[in-house]
Amino acid sequence: MSESTAVTHSALAEAGGSHHDDHPPYQRHHFASVEQQADTTNFAMWLFLLTEVMFFGGLFTAYLIMRNWYYPAFVAGSHQLNVIWGTLNTLVLILSSFTMAMGVWCAETRRRRGLIVCLSLTVFLGMCFLGIKTIEYHEKWEKHHIPGIRYSVESFVNPASDPDIAQYHDKPLAPDMAAKTELYFFLYFAMTGMHALHMIIGIAILGYMIARARAGAYTTGHVTFVENFGLYWHFVDIVWIYLFALLYLISRHQ
Amino acid sequence: MSEANPQQAQHSETEHHIVGPGVYVVILVCLLIGTALTVAASFVDLGVWNPVIALAIATAKATLVVLFFMHVKYSTKLTKLTVIAGIFTFLGLIGMTLSDYISRAWGRW
Repeated sequence: MSESTAVTHSALAEAGGSHHDDHPPYQRHHFASVEQQADTTNFAMWLFLLTEVMFFGGLFTAYLIMRNWYYPAFVAGSHQLNVIWGTLNTLVLILSSFTMAMGVWCAETRRRRGLIVCLSLTVFLGMCFLGIKTIEYHEKWEKHHIPGIRYSVESFVNPASDPDIAQYHDKPLAPDMAAKTELYFFLYFAMTGMHALHMIIGIAILGYMIARARAGAYTTGHVTFVENFGLYWHFVDIVWIYLFALLYLISRHQ
Repeated sequence: MSEANPQQAQHSETEHHIVGPGVYVVILVCLLIGTALTVAASFVDLGVWNPVIALAIATAKATLVVLFFMHVKYSTKLTKLTVIAGIFTFLGLIGMTLSDYISRAWGRW
């Protein structure tokens, strides 16, 4: 039934165009109603997010298995991460999720200024997150903890030489186990790096959305784009919630 | 939009549930408390329970984000089914991968 309705709609639209008055301009002609259009795009966005779950899920599974195989190396590697920076970044990202959710609300209730403020705050908090991540990456660079030819196991075969991990009283690792810390950092950079890439893409899209919102978009009742971008941003937040627990927190007493 | 077709606009209003700032603030506070709890728990030596508690709190936080920030609590059955199917498939794939790893090469890891 709805199929035939859609056909009639588009046929009429091509014939005269007066039929456009029956539905808002943002409703595509192959949808029977605005609700159907919104539900369809929402479903599509969730399907995309499920592919993202599988993508990050592969990395999480690799981490789970490798951590069990090379447990002492992964514990020692985890001790190199700074819990204070990690906690700060978690707070920043949760706040950015909040401002994003408020942005969706502003769009839904047609508050243009509020929407622009919320999206801008989300960009700002996203930048703060990446800034803190850069500080952490830079420390890894300075200590030769980035996998590759410059990688150094000094902190792991001789923990006493590294004042940063004095609080953990780590025992020296045998050279073959210490070499596996490189695997920990490989996964650390793969997981946080892919997460940061998602943030960078998100910030770029936020910039596009702010420009369009300033021109009056999204506050005319057509909120699909803001809403579905919100889903993406919250998903990235969830990935970090797990990364924070797995990379920073669970190895502090081993 | 509402002027062009008030009936449809009204219908859309009932279909599309708008989650307000009050809910978002409550969820934000819960997420901040969750973060404080998980960091505090990481400073206590709980042996094998450290990862369990950290993952449990992370899952609680993720559930709040999915239900309220991502509006799943207020969305269609199709969306709810999609989310549940995704989680189920993800856990199934992890479970099958791990069952493979723990059932071969015994004693080597």
